[in-house]
Amino acid sequence: MSRSFGLDELRILLLALRWTILLAAIAFLGGGIGGVIIATLRVAPSRALRFAAATYIRLLQGLPLLILLFLVFFGANMIGIRTDAWTAAAIAYALYGSAFLAEIWRGCIQAIPAGQWDAATALALPFHLRLRLVIAPQAARIALPPTVGFLVQLLKSTSLASVIGFTELTRAAQMINNVTFQPLIVFGLVAGLYFILCWPLSLLSQRLEERLRYAR
Amino acid sequence: MDYVFQFDFIWQSRSELLRGALLTLRLSAETMVLGLLLGIVGAMARTARFAVLRGVATVYVELIRNTPFLVQLLLIYLGLPHIGLRFTPNDAALIAMVVNLGAYATEIVRAGIEAVPHGQIEAGRALGLRPLRIFRHIVLMPALKAVFPALSSQFILVVLGSSVISTISAEELTAIANNLQSQSFRPFEIYFTVGAMYIAMVLAFEAIFAALQRRLFPARHA
Repeated sequence: MSRSFGLDELRILLLALRWTILLAAIAFLGGGIGGVIIATLRVAPSRALRFAAATYIRLLQGLPLLILLFLVFFGANMIGIRTDAWTAAAIAYALYGSAFLAEIWRGCIQAIPAGQWDAATALALPFHLRLRLVIAPQAARIALPPTVGFLVQLLKSTSLASVIGFTELTRAAQMINNVTFQPLIVFGLVAGLYFILCWPLSLLSQRLEERLRYAR
Repeated sequence: MDYVFQFDFIWQSRSELLRGALLTLRLSAETMVLGLLLGIVGAMARTARFAVLRGVATVYVELIRNTPFLVQLLLIYLGLPHIGLRFTPNDAALIAMVVNLGAYATEIVRAGIEAVPHGQIEAGRALGLRPLRIFRHIVLMPALKAVFPALSSQFILVVLGSSVISTISAEELTAIANNLQSQSFRPFEIYFTVGAMYIAMVLAFEAIFAALQRRLFPARHA
């Protein structure tokens, strides 16, 4: 006799939603820090650094997230780091986020007219100050909408962490489906929860983009 | 660290890995063609005169773009049989991928269509072209040309996203890797190799898209 979907199951799903949000937050934070570093290297004066950063981005963007998760999960074990699903997921998502955010922010940095770089150079500012004081504040404005858009992508992609045994929303749903056999209700509801999380962010991203267009 | 890398097992499993890669390539290519067609239909609906059509297309796009592909896949593969629609894993995967790509393609193609200046369409009418020909030659082709780069990067995401179907099927590249992993206990070597295969496939598709762009939309010499 199987259980049917009830309030208890709904509670389990809502509790699992915490881990989805927390994983996305960690990924966004770790990816943001990594993204700033990689984006900086990507526009650095040194050609070797630019090339290294570009290769990093290309490799991580050419790899399915699932494979990256497995590589980190099994790879960390080999170099002696104890891997539970949490650590592996946090590292993998931070790597994933850093590559995508770096690519988004590189585009925004390069959208700033070259004259701004020249002007900053004429003021005898060194590279890191040119970037920090002159370019970054202008780039941040145009970077906001795509960054919020990427947050949606990140939230959705946390569902893949279920595959390495991280119990977030999608894995909780699979476990509940295994005892209730009501996949339409369970996964329909889970889709709804993701939608409630993602849709406002999508709208915000759109709104910010429109505002930016009118500001010009 | 006293781990010794061993790739012999992978060499012995090369035919299996190749079969997996071929299925990944086939599913991805089929998805690109069908998903683009769905995207064109979706974009027509999204820019249609009838509010109902626009509404349906908008709901479809927003629902798909704001929920994870894995959940969509599980709904189609595990959920739909409960209302009498049963698919093989590969068919369920193809349907889920096409439905997913269709939503993104709708938005991309719509952006291209909206960028076509209205005067062009009026010029077409003035020349007495029929609506279908106006749509094809004056709206759709320039729109596709304008958004080709965005479409190509969305297509690349199809190849990468196809690894997610390993959760329901046992035949595409990531699923093959999972099987080999459980037989050999050499997970790192296997996922390293398969990761390299994905990167190679992505580079190949990028080269194909670049060639397609040159062929379909040659740069005009004024």
